[in-house]
Amino acid sequence: MSIPFLLEIGTEEIPDWMIVPALNQLQNLFQELLDGNRLEGRVTSSDATPRRLVLRAEGILEKQQDIEELVVGPPKSAGAQAADRFARKNNTTVDQLTTQITAKGEYFSFNRKTPGLPASELIGSAMPGIVAKIQWPKAMYWTGKGGFRFIRPIRWLVALLGDQVVPFEIAGVKSGNLTRGHRRLGKSEIPITIANYEQSLAENGVVLSAEARRKRIEDGIREFHVKSDAELLHTLVYITECPTPILGSFDREYLTLPHEVLVTVMRHHQKYFSVLDAAGGLAPNFVAVMNTSADPEGLVRQGNERVLRARFNDARFFYDVDQHKTLADRVPDLAHVTFQAKLGSYLAKTERITALAGSLADLVGADRAAIERAATLCKADLTTEMVKEFTDLQGVVGGLYAKAQGEPEEVWKAIYDHYKPVSMDSPVPSTLSGQIVSLADKLDTLRGAFQIGMVPTGSKDPFALRRAAQGLVKIIVEGCLRLSLAQLIGNDPALRDFIADRVKYYFREIRGFKYDEVNAVLASGWDDLVDVQARLSALQAVRPTENFEPLAASFKRIANILKQADFEPAAAARVDTALLEAGPERELYDEFDRIREAARSTEYVHALDAIASIRPNVDLFFDKVLVNAPDPNIRQNRLTMLHQLLTEFSTIADFSEIVTQ
Amino acid sequence: MDSFQETIFKLKKYWSDRGAIITEPYDVEVGAGTMAPETFLRVLGPKPYRVAYVQPSRRPADGRYGENPNRLYKHQQLQVILKPSPNDIIEQYLASLEAIGIDLSKHDIKFEEDNWEAPTLGAWGVGWQVMLDGLEITQFTYFQQCGGIDLDLVPAELTYGLERLVAFLQSVDSVYDIEWTPGVKYSEVRLADELQFSVYNFEMADVPTLWQLFELYERECQRLIDAWKDYPEKNRFPVLAAYDQVLKCSNLFNLLDSRGAISVTERVGVIGRVRKLAVGVAHLWLEQAA
Repeated sequence: MSIPFLLEIGTEEIPDWMIVPALNQLQNLFQELLDGNRLEGRVTSSDATPRRLVLRAEGILEKQQDIEELVVGPPKSAGAQAADRFARKNNTTVDQLTTQITAKGEYFSFNRKTPGLPASELIGSAMPGIVAKIQWPKAMYWTGKGGFRFIRPIRWLVALLGDQVVPFEIAGVKSGNLTRGHRRLGKSEIPITIANYEQSLAENGVVLSAEARRKRIEDGIREFHVKSDAELLHTLVYITECPTPILGSFDREYLTLPHEVLVTVMRHHQKYFSVLDAAGGLAPNFVAVMNTSADPEGLVRQGNERVLRARFNDARFFYDVDQHKTLADRVPDLAHVTFQAKLGSYLAKTERITALAGSLADLVGADRAAIERAATLCKADLTTEMVKEFTDLQGVVGGLYAKAQGEPEEVWKAIYDHYKPVSMDSPVPSTLSGQIVSLADKLDTLRGAFQIGMVPTGSKDPFALRRAAQGLVKIIVEGCLRLSLAQLIGNDPALRDFIADRVKYYFREIRGFKYDEVNAVLASGWDDLVDVQARLSALQAVRPTENFEPLAASFKRIANILKQADFEPAAAARVDTALLEAGPERELYDEFDRIREAARSTEYVHALDAIASIRPNVDLFFDKVLVNAPDPNIRQNRLTMLHQLLTEFSTIADFSEIVTQ
Repeated sequence: MDSFQETIFKLKKYWSDRGAIITEPYDVEVGAGTMAPETFLRVLGPKPYRVAYVQPSRRPADGRYGENPNRLYKHQQLQVILKPSPNDIIEQYLASLEAIGIDLSKHDIKFEEDNWEAPTLGAWGVGWQVMLDGLEITQFTYFQQCGGIDLDLVPAELTYGLERLVAFLQSVDSVYDIEWTPGVKYSEVRLADELQFSVYNFEMADVPTLWQLFELYERECQRLIDAWKDYPEKNRFPVLAAYDQVLKCSNLFNLLDSRGAISVTERVGVIGRVRKLAVGVAHLWLEQAA
């Protein structure tokens, strides 16, 4: 007989972002328990709210199969004492033993029967261990020092195998069949069965399924024109058991504050969706998501409106106070803001960024004066009340203040954007000046950190250097900045390797190029990332054509032949055409000579097409011609030709890195 | 509608009925109710304890000259410690809100993750900020460590932000409009504090003097800690007086900070000095109680 199972771990409110990972662990751990105990069955679903982790399984055996196995003991010739020891070892008596005749003689044996254990017993005894094994970012104890650790106190446990409670105890809480409803909409002791569990919760104000909660929110906000925000939606799904959106409003006069600030207050401080007007601008409204079913008297809406008003008043206060001192006047104050103990203050950093940005401006032919001005002012907002309050708005606040203080667009936009890209999916600064200031800032951080040995290790990256380096790569590529990476990095090999990794990461993970294509292109040089991108795109375009992969295979063969021959090209070695054999060899050379010009083209697709077109000649050559000719001169000549061909045709990508079928 | 003081009376009564000792505020400047010895020292060791008190809490950097409707240099917290935490603590807490007139069936309550850490005290815990219709009304913490010591019994700490809570109950937009007692507004009682201390903290506090004071209190505290070892009658030893010096240091640190006198680099160092004292006193407290 196979039985369904239901587990509910009832807790106090678990932080929203930890719930899904924990649920996945629970699911895996429980499946391992079933598998490891020959109970068959599989976990069929899991669900969670902030107050419960829920798991369902089906097809569990009521008890394990009995096991019968023949255990062979000592030879019969070993005597009665040995037989007795063997019997006792198997918890039996000598008269229960049998004998087996084997090629080596007669042996004592025992037909051992292990009765299967009931699933309930196995699951019950394993459950506390499983729950304890769930890893949390920051666990706590609550029953006293050394007590059970979990993310928040466990207050109830439901464990049902069929209609029976699976008995166990965790942190003083005994399992049972009683669940609890929503804190205010439900009862606190609800007897349930597996069949009516979800329905019982629904009747007690709990929407168990995260998908259903998500849908409730989405349905509730559909009529409002909210700014879509998947991350916020996820958070709200997991901090509520009964989410219900409500629309609130605020006074239009607050719309005179920077909208970035308003959105940050709504989004980060209050977990509200902001609402857009018909033109796509900010409307004086917000959507809050309650953890209850309704707001019949409008009290929740009024409360939220009042809170938002207070928050906006704070923001206005900060804004007004900040206007008493211009960004330019704030720059000297950066001497008191430490960037990093060994790397000095933000004033020192500002000076370094300004110098660096100025020289980068010259390299790309940008407006040096505007860029230097932006770089000088870009960190000054760190001393403002607004940034102290809303740290996420660094740069943005500086940009807005610079604009208000009459800085030209070129300058304020560069300040506004200089922390961009915020993530790998978000845009790089929109102006060239912004790109240059952002590059200078990131490069300074990277150079400085590597200089003092603050290199990221494993998951530790306190200075967010990976992000800085990825941002740097993204800006160069997406801003089409023709800069020499080697020149930017300088001669620190550790930083060079670090950036190389980020370059690979960017093209592979963010841009989705195949890893062998990335390796092939980078092997032919990566100093100019804009060029790398062009070569990669061309390679990607040419790769599906019929000649390409076979040619790559041939190139690999050429590389191997040269390696095996320890071929060292003599300086200025030339192919001696007189030594070429008529037929495939001569034809290969002629073809090579004919397309070598095309292969040098920076129209990389054409160049690669040309290169790929040589494939039939290469194939024929390898078919008909023995590279290792007995005559050393001929052999040397052939190797020279192959070497030239390989070298000249590998400037776009090293084809031997391409993985072929 | 209850006045400010009426709400405080009700909360005190509520927790008094649940076995809490009701004390008056501690009489040394503190930044939070947690720092009063009734919390910081009493949570240490194996002895159960329940206490509730209002604690005026000074945060010099939060002063706004009385101009900002929601920020105060000195706000008041109702601090509740239940050691060990009862299993139905959240239910008890929610009932306390009902007791001050919040009909929870008409409001929205959420528990949002908010872990608490006080580096100057070597203390931390996990918990939530309790949101009522989007307003943070209480900080709820399960203490895990205090003075760098793992706690024997895990206390629940409830910190009600009284001004915010009562502004909510009275539906006013500025804390200064709170009715303290019928006919008397919050501003009449406290506005002068806010203005004058903002002026002092931000403009007039003499940095060298503050540093001197900090060092004096630090030295005095360390002197006491060092004296413990050879002190003959341990039960007479003034651990509590040593702890007062820690509080003085902590408040001076906050003052120096609001004067902008502590750079980010120095900060870690000064916090470390205060923590060293706090940890030292916490150990003495436990040894003395043993």
